[in-house]
Amino acid sequence: MRSEPVVQVHALVKRYGTKTAVDGLDLVARAGVTAVLGPNGAGKTTTVETCEGYRKPDSGTVRVLGLDPVRQARELHPRIGVMLQSGGVYSGARADEMLRHVARLHAHPLDVNALIERLGLDSCGRTTYRRLSGGQQQRLALAMAVVGRPELVFLDEPTAGLDPQARRATWDLVRDLRSDGVSVILTTHYMDEAEQLADDVAIIDGGRVIAQGTPEELCRGGAENTLRFMGRPGLDVGSLLKALPADCTAAELTPGSYRVIGKVDPQLLATVTSWCAQHGVMPEKISVERHTLEDVFLELTGKELRA
Amino acid sequence: MTATGTYTPRPGAAPLGRMIATQAALETKMLLRNGEQLLLTVVIPALVLVLFSSVDIIDTGQAEAVDFLAPGVLALAVMSTAFTGQAIATGFERRYGVLKRLASSPLPRWALMTAKTASVLVTEILQVVLLTAIALALGWSPHGDPLSVALLLLLGTAAFSGLGLLMAGTLKAEATLAAANLVFLLLLVSGGVMVPLDRFSQTTQDILGLLPITALSDGLRDVLLHGAGVPWGDLGILAVWAVVGLAAAGRFFRWE
Repeated sequence: MRSEPVVQVHALVKRYGTKTAVDGLDLVARAGVTAVLGPNGAGKTTTVETCEGYRKPDSGTVRVLGLDPVRQARELHPRIGVMLQSGGVYSGARADEMLRHVARLHAHPLDVNALIERLGLDSCGRTTYRRLSGGQQQRLALAMAVVGRPELVFLDEPTAGLDPQARRATWDLVRDLRSDGVSVILTTHYMDEAEQLADDVAIIDGGRVIAQGTPEELCRGGAENTLRFMGRPGLDVGSLLKALPADCTAAELTPGSYRVIGKVDPQLLATVTSWCAQHGVMPEKISVERHTLEDVFLELTGKELRA
Repeated sequence: MTATGTYTPRPGAAPLGRMIATQAALETKMLLRNGEQLLLTVVIPALVLVLFSSVDIIDTGQAEAVDFLAPGVLALAVMSTAFTGQAIATGFERRYGVLKRLASSPLPRWALMTAKTASVLVTEILQVVLLTAIALALGWSPHGDPLSVALLLLLGTAAFSGLGLLMAGTLKAEATLAAANLVFLLLLVSGGVMVPLDRFSQTTQDILGLLPITALSDGLRDVLLHGAGVPWGDLGILAVWAVVGLAAAGRFFRWE
């Protein structure tokens, strides 16, 4: 399944006036779900819009499904689905009207009624677009991106500002797209979204990809995990360290509060507890913290994702 | 892929004809649903026709008021749809990302513009039918060759479309809204629509005579009121506006 790249971006540069939005970006996305993660202004939207054929690269090459998005737009556009970050609908159009319209531009569209029901757009009734809630507008844009049965869907911050329920509905649809063989490129600044949905995550900052891999690879590669426990103050940390694998560190942070950093697996946990047993220590409040993409991101960029 | 799921890819563009037809139908529907647009395209021309042919405010010379007014109001109808209405609608479509979203759909840009033109023409046909019916009820007796009339209306549409799209594709939506309405009002008063041009000084007349609205209302009046042959002069002015306007729109139009 994860064979031919659906998107290949090589050394992409895009400037707006004096500001460089994308600065020599390389990105390869394969079949499946790829999340493009980064803070506001990182260059996510510019990258995606270049793939959609909206912007011409200042330099570098972009291939989507093997095609040049600008020169071969006619060939490419029927094969992709696009969800813009906002707008894209006649302010006086009703949700079902607009969705049916986009469906009619395609040769083999999805069943519009089923899609309307699935995304809860039937609640829009006869309300025109400008009076829909933000969540309804988002879901309509999502529906418009998938209704043409594309091979590849671009979703630009599909769940920004959605309530948890609508967010979950969007995630479920992305999962169904994936299992039916549709590739998805989504931009997000939600870590959990990337962790939940993506086969592959590309972290963008300052117009470049600074890390790419599966969520597991990124979490493992970026940072180690942490084990904490409470015990008697003044335990022999040196003795604990000897019992642990070589690449671990251990420290008493405050009297009675201990921290072990390393590759935390069941074996390591067993080593720590048996060391405690040997030394007559009752470890309390044992906790294991798995490093998340959030930690990785912070470590790589020194920035909070949603600054 | 063995099993076929709901979302299993099956991409493809609809046939071009279907895309253009559905796009034109939607654009027309949006226009007819918009109250302000209807005010411009239907209510104002009809009011001008009814009010000024029944109330003797404007000196229309020897002609019956309705015979003088009807050609001007037809010109006004063309301007309201092809220029003002199209400029405002397209300006806001640009602003709200509609043009952008459609640009990544299977619909090619030229097909979108074709659909817009079709939508303008459909609206104009509805306007012409309605206004003609009102004028006839008011006692209008048109003369001349319907083909000359059709030619004038078509070239007028091309001229106003070029100017309207140029405005929509270069200015901000709010600026387009204000400017298109202002131009509409100015040309309504000074373009020979309801005020005969000879009310103005000779120099002013010469300048006003070069405007597309003046050429259109003057040409229509020559044919419909005086039964003149093909008004080449007015057609020529409209043709120049059409070429310049459409070329400039094609060159400077920005999609977002």
